[in-house]
Amino acid sequence: MVKAESKNLSFYYGDFQALKDINMPVHEHKVTALIGPSGCGKSTFLRCFNRMHDLYPGNRYQGEIVLQPDNANLLAREVDPIEVRMRIGMVFQKPNPFPKSVFENVAYGLRVRGEGSRRRIEEKVEQALHDAALWNEVKDRLHQPAYNLSGGQQQRLCIARALATDPELLLFDEPTSALDPIATTSIEELMHDLKTRVTILIVTHNMQQAARVSDFTAYMYLGDLIEFGVTDELFIKPKMKQTEDYITGRFG
Amino acid sequence: MSDHASKQYDLDLGSIRSRVLAMGGLVEAQIRHAIDALASGDVALSEEVIATDHRVNAMEVGIDEDCSQLIVRRQPAASDLRMIFAIMKTVTDLERIGDEAQKIARMAKNIHERGGAQAPPVVEVRHAAEAAISMLRRTLDCFARLDADGAMEVIRDDARIDNEFRSILRQLITYMMEDPRTISTALEIVWIAKAIERIGDHAKNMAEYVIYIVKGTDVRHTKMHA
Repeated sequence: MVKAESKNLSFYYGDFQALKDINMPVHEHKVTALIGPSGCGKSTFLRCFNRMHDLYPGNRYQGEIVLQPDNANLLAREVDPIEVRMRIGMVFQKPNPFPKSVFENVAYGLRVRGEGSRRRIEEKVEQALHDAALWNEVKDRLHQPAYNLSGGQQQRLCIARALATDPELLLFDEPTSALDPIATTSIEELMHDLKTRVTILIVTHNMQQAARVSDFTAYMYLGDLIEFGVTDELFIKPKMKQTEDYITGRFG
Repeated sequence: MSDHASKQYDLDLGSIRSRVLAMGGLVEAQIRHAIDALASGDVALSEEVIATDHRVNAMEVGIDEDCSQLIVRRQPAASDLRMIFAIMKTVTDLERIGDEAQKIARMAKNIHERGGAQAPPVVEVRHAAEAAISMLRRTLDCFARLDADGAMEVIRDDARIDNEFRSILRQLITYMMEDPRTISTALEIVWIAKAIERIGDHAKNMAEYVIYIVKGTDVRHTKMHA
């Protein structure tokens, strides 16, 4: 089952074409990793999925990203980017909790969405913190500032915040590059557990991480999608020489 | 197989590969000496082969260690991963070939110490041994050149050695029936022929690993090369 699919997607920062005619499926309840050297367009591609580029003038999409089950192009002008971001959550490289309490960080999206029931909000927050494997660590300090948490906890808090609004697709932009190996492992475990409920698209510079967490991997280079395939196959027997050179650490 | 962004990675991989070839060369010499000792009755040569086996074993251990280290340090992927994986299996087969050579040397020594006069002719054994040595050498060549087509040919050749083994066996049975005094020697020659047949099998395994390195397909236990 395909959750989303980019069709002939090109993207321009003003005159600069950052993505060139990308066609790629994102399979439902799977983790898809985007890898490639800096500047290859993988983060640009990721950000298309929740219309992040709309925030800056001069950016231009061409082509489609079709989201299922609606079969609707989420890049269409008439689609409200706020609506898109409700369904497609994002977690960034550096943990970026709001300067609020642990509880309020997670409740934020619910309040924005207009949820008024205090009881419903409390239930949702607890559930999201459970899902982000953070509940046991923060249940006694829900009303302390989120900044008091460790880096790994802050990142899981951001994941809980994204989960609270029941997204269908979660975007991770190098979610562990600022974390130590133990916190990294807990985030990777979490991705694995979350797969049953959400679809995950992750950008990572760490190829071992892509190999560990993903079911599918896409290799991008200079705005082109060079190869997309099942992760195990791509790392053992890539079809394209360019992919081979990149993952084995050779000069192209 | 070269041109990694890290020169040291290239050097490490290259050094492991050349040591596999050196180990192959040593093992090949071991078989040749064992067979020579069988033909000539040179007991000292048999003993030398037996004594040299520890060098083969040490090379296996050393190469395995270096492979583990390379995996830990470099996390090889794709063709590099297949190469390391194949090398670790190749040295296992080479070590076993070394054991077979040692076995042949031991039998040769037994036969000649007992007085090789009543020994049945060993011409066919020599012939089978040459075929096995040639399989081994060609496999090592294919490994060095990453030649999957050549490896495929080696795999096909293994059937010939299997046939020769059966023909030697039939011949020895005839000897034993005609003259029971040849039985103990003939049995030892059966073991030697069996050892040669096993060497062919190991060379075939190694050829299969070469195909795995080059093409990424595992042809073990398949009919694709039949």
